[in-house]
Amino acid sequence: MTAVPRTRRIGSRATRRLVDWGLPVIALVALVALWWLATIVFSIEKFLVPAPDDVIEAFVGQSGFLLEQTWVTLLETVQGFAVAVVVGISTAMSIASSRLLEKMIYPLLLAVNAVPKIAIAPILVVWLGFGQFPKIVMVFLLCFFPIVISTATGLKSTPAELTELVRSYDASRLQVFFKVRFPYALPQVMVGLKTAISLAVIGAVIAEFVGADAGLGFVIVQSGASADTPLAFAAMALLGVISIVLFYGLNALEKVILPWAEENR
Amino acid sequence: MIKLTHVSHVFAGRQGEVHALDDITLEVRRNELVTLVGRSGCGKSTMLRMVAGLLRPSSGTVTVAGELVGKPRQDVSFMFQRAALLPWRTVLDNVLLPVEILRLDRAAKRRRAHELLELVGLAGFEKRLPHELSGGMQQRASLCRSLIQDPLVLLMDEPFSALDALTREELSIELQRIRMEQEMTIVFVTHSIEEAVLLADRVAVLSPRPGRLRKIIDVDIPRPRTLGRNAYADRVAEVSAELHELLMPAPMASEGAG
Ligand SMILES: Nc1ncnc2c1ncn2[C@@H]1O[C@H](COP(=O)(O)OP(=O)(O)OP(=O)(O)O)[C@@H](O)[C@H]1O
Ligand SMILES: [Mg+2]
Repeated sequence: MTAVPRTRRIGSRATRRLVDWGLPVIALVALVALWWLATIVFSIEKFLVPAPDDVIEAFVGQSGFLLEQTWVTLLETVQGFAVAVVVGISTAMSIASSRLLEKMIYPLLLAVNAVPKIAIAPILVVWLGFGQFPKIVMVFLLCFFPIVISTATGLKSTPAELTELVRSYDASRLQVFFKVRFPYALPQVMVGLKTAISLAVIGAVIAEFVGADAGLGFVIVQSGASADTPLAFAAMALLGVISIVLFYGLNALEKVILPWAEENR
Repeated sequence: MIKLTHVSHVFAGRQGEVHALDDITLEVRRNELVTLVGRSGCGKSTMLRMVAGLLRPSSGTVTVAGELVGKPRQDVSFMFQRAALLPWRTVLDNVLLPVEILRLDRAAKRRRAHELLELVGLAGFEKRLPHELSGGMQQRASLCRSLIQDPLVLLMDEPFSALDALTREELSIELQRIRMEQEMTIVFVTHSIEEAVLLADRVAVLSPRPGRLRKIIDVDIPRPRTLGRNAYADRVAEVSAELHELLMPAPMASEGAG
């Protein structure tokens, strides 16, 4: 809460931006170069570890198909995530608002979360078929828990002085919630969302592995079966891109709607 | 204005009961400033919270303006040791928080908020976020927030104790100035003897465990008062010395209220 001097920020805006974007790019380029070198030096077979140019070739050769599958996976991911955000935050609100509900729901949540999601995947196929729906459910299942936990934690971490302050205005429960507790919890909610979004992509792929006729997970399974490793690599790279774009999207959103949060924690 | 009659309070703590206050009877007159001093844990905050309607006494009665205090009142405002500003609201919006919750006239209060911020030297900082202010400025904003509802009674719980000595004195002087412009009854908790003498019409000294009213001292020094060299230095020193003796542990302290 106290003002923290901004000593850790170095240089001008421009330099900072260059550092923010430049360093990860350098790391990526170095990694790809190393990978390329390794495939040449050890003359590794293409179906074991394809070189970067093989992967690019696979991507260019089937770009239409791959982008279509990317879209499928992205849609599943975002839909499952969105449902998890709505249901997760509502659940957290009820947990934080009532001791009784907390005692009832919390152990249940923990138990459900302890079940390995991959074990549920085949059952979901049995129940819901091969379409998109079981994938959305799987994404939801993976995202739900971290969102609930961090939102509930955030809602319960309101400093005593702020609660006392609004109580001294005889504020209603709703006012206390919307004026203080919920906004105060938002940075913590964002932590949950960021954890969840990385899991979301994984959830979609797991579900596609088990039974699907579309999506990047399906592509990976198919290309594995036909030893088309470059195509599998291309699909994996696209999964990485989805993850990164979604994560940084959330990051950017946080900067816009919570400009105060960065300085306060 | 404020009347505590035979007020006692017992907390049901985890390690048995805590007798926080024992049979306190105290009247604070209209427009009077009473400072409350006493060692840590003697029930000063507890007393304020009762007047604020945040806590009900185990026994005895608390009245404000002749009415029994049951819940927080709009004409009583509370200022805490920590500024307790909402970090996502600008200074101006923080000052206007009570206006939103109490549903007061927004346009009029907006003007008033600008006036108050100007009064405490925060003009030009209305759009800043709390983390962009120093501790002293945050506490000034907090003071404006507690004044925005035009309270009859202002309860201040060690409001300046987290600040450095000079800022603290500056704010004490500002508070005196505000009092000259606006009638208010103030109860001010402090650990600083200097501050107690500087601000008070009367100083109420509490003794700890259980919290009892030990003595009330009239501070008959003309205003405005400052801490530096002045014509009343002797009287200030005298009152300070008396308070010091009352607050330091002495063998007779266990005898309870005098
Ligand atoms: N909610 C509570 N539950 C149990 N005991 C409490 C509670 N609040 C205060 N007490 C006890 O009551 C006594 C008086 O507390 P209070 O906070 O009023 O003291 P204080 O004079 O304001 O102290 P300080 O100068 O340190 O702020 C203390 O012994 C404290 O431990
Ligand atoms: Mg206290």
